[in-house]
Amino acid sequence: MKKYSLNILLVVFAIGLLFAAHFRIIDSYIQIVAMTIGINIMMSTSLNLVNGNMGEFTCGHAAFMCIGAYISSILSVFCFGSKFGDPLLPAASVLIVFPIIVLIGGAVAAVSSLLVSVPSFKTRDDYLAIISIAVNYMIISAIENMDFIGGSRGFQGMKDTVWAMIDIFDGPWMLFWVINFTIFTVWVIRRFISSTYGKGVNAICQDEVAAEIMSVNTNKIKIINFMVAAGLAGCAGGLYAHIIGYVNPQSFNILKSTEALVMVYLGGMGSLSGAVISAIIFTGLLEVLRSQAIIDGLLSPVTMMFPDWEPSAGVIKWVMIPLLLVIVMQFRPEGIMGNRELGDVFPKLKKFYRFK
Amino acid sequence: MMAQSQVQTENAPVLEVNSLSQRFGGLTAVDNFNVKLMSGELTGLIGPNGAGKTTVFNLVSGFYQPTEGQILVDGKPTAGFKPHKVTSLGVARTFQNIRLWNDMTVFDNIRVAQHYWLGYGFFHSVIRSKRYKKREAKVAQEAQELLEVFDLQRFKEELPKNLPYGTQRKLEIARALSTHPKLLLLDEPAAGLNSHDVKDLIRLIRWIHEKFDVSIWMIEHHMDVVMELCSHIKVIDFGQTIAEGTPDEIRNHPAVITAYLGDDNI
Repeated sequence: MKKYSLNILLVVFAIGLLFAAHFRIIDSYIQIVAMTIGINIMMSTSLNLVNGNMGEFTCGHAAFMCIGAYISSILSVFCFGSKFGDPLLPAASVLIVFPIIVLIGGAVAAVSSLLVSVPSFKTRDDYLAIISIAVNYMIISAIENMDFIGGSRGFQGMKDTVWAMIDIFDGPWMLFWVINFTIFTVWVIRRFISSTYGKGVNAICQDEVAAEIMSVNTNKIKIINFMVAAGLAGCAGGLYAHIIGYVNPQSFNILKSTEALVMVYLGGMGSLSGAVISAIIFTGLLEVLRSQAIIDGLLSPVTMMFPDWEPSAGVIKWVMIPLLLVIVMQFRPEGIMGNRELGDVFPKLKKFYRFK
Repeated sequence: MMAQSQVQTENAPVLEVNSLSQRFGGLTAVDNFNVKLMSGELTGLIGPNGAGKTTVFNLVSGFYQPTEGQILVDGKPTAGFKPHKVTSLGVARTFQNIRLWNDMTVFDNIRVAQHYWLGYGFFHSVIRSKRYKKREAKVAQEAQELLEVFDLQRFKEELPKNLPYGTQRKLEIARALSTHPKLLLLDEPAAGLNSHDVKDLIRLIRWIHEKFDVSIWMIEHHMDVVMELCSHIKVIDFGQTIAEGTPDEIRNHPAVITAYLGDDNI
């Protein structure tokens, strides 16, 4: 029972959410928020692999999301859309082909991570951060200059794929895929990082010289770790593209990378459950602060003093969230969980579940 | 030369270093260094500060690539090998300042050091295949045995940073031994230990030498440790070998006394 408790809980939760979405118990806005949470969990847990577990500082994670988004969008339009001529595949095959498309996007993103991982053999810290920002810009600029996929105007047509799924069965398909891929991401990362092989990543973080001397092939581990992180971010990008139905290179710029960074540092470096929790909190906060009423309420003492000032929620949000980060870094620099997992913080929880 | 090195006899040298030189810019850190360590030997490398002792260790463990010369581990040249590859050939080392993975448990420290014969990769770790389970069990068993013989069992789930200094030294040596080395390089194992711990260390090194069937080569500044343990000592100064021989020979060697105490002709 203990062995399966977490699995059962997840399955029940997922089915509950899907049913609620299907029978319109939750409206499409909540669904979008739920999907964004899923995608943010994928982004933060995968970035946590590099910035938390390996202790490198990269801030170009959105680049890999971008590659995944574009590759899977193009494939999806080729297979099921009409933009590039007739669809290559029959619409009935969409349920099998769609996850493969997303995974291919992830695989290409994984390969592109070599742009960061190979320089990381010799560089660390600030210098690697600069390289990763450069890679982020490189990829965005490259896509902006590719006219056949829309350039800076963006690329669309992926909704055809989603409609093909809805034609087969009218249900919340994207929510289904996001839940699956989110669980997949956390599953892969947890298993990788808890194996002796994956603990080599932590060894590199704590003492790279000792790791190399103690027979850990640091270069190989670095490549694999970057590949896993970038690959999963690529999958997140693929899903994101299909949810929105439109991708634009500028939506994967340094701000998006920073969002992922904020989630990792908020959650606690090297803590998988911390990354998940902070992704949920962060996305929730973004949505809550979107409401003008709440912003007005929060700022009422200030607006009373300056009656001419009418703060807009969209702008103030980006004051509030960085402020939150400043406060967290000041009073709890290790993040919410701080290098510990949920089971370490609440030992009683361990009675109820066990990881296989 | 080649023919000799390929013959794997009982008494083949574990480590053979031929005319090794290392230059950093204009500085010659190690100059024409030669050594031949037979299996089962306990040898010392001493010299004043900055003599190039640690550089020799860094060269042997593959951390630096030598400017000149050849290093043979068990008859195999290690030129161009990364340190992890050299370690898998059978050279393990410890560090002058302890370099444990401080945020991993003692048990994990010893398990991760067995990366070279882990025998599975990323996909096995994710799907938790049969191979993964078999290898993990094997690695855990090795680590468990090592902890037991080193009497570190009670610290299994502790973090190394919370252990006393002497125990950290012991753990570092245990971690080095978990790579199944033929040659163990100890870089100042007695540094920072008090006289009581030093006595324990001497006993420990002697015990390791007998139990683990491993050649030991150590750098040490505590002369009592070197003199008591080593059967053969090499002395270097400014990168050059100035003397070698048994402890008694070294103790009275004029060049060694000059190197340590200075020349009275000044």
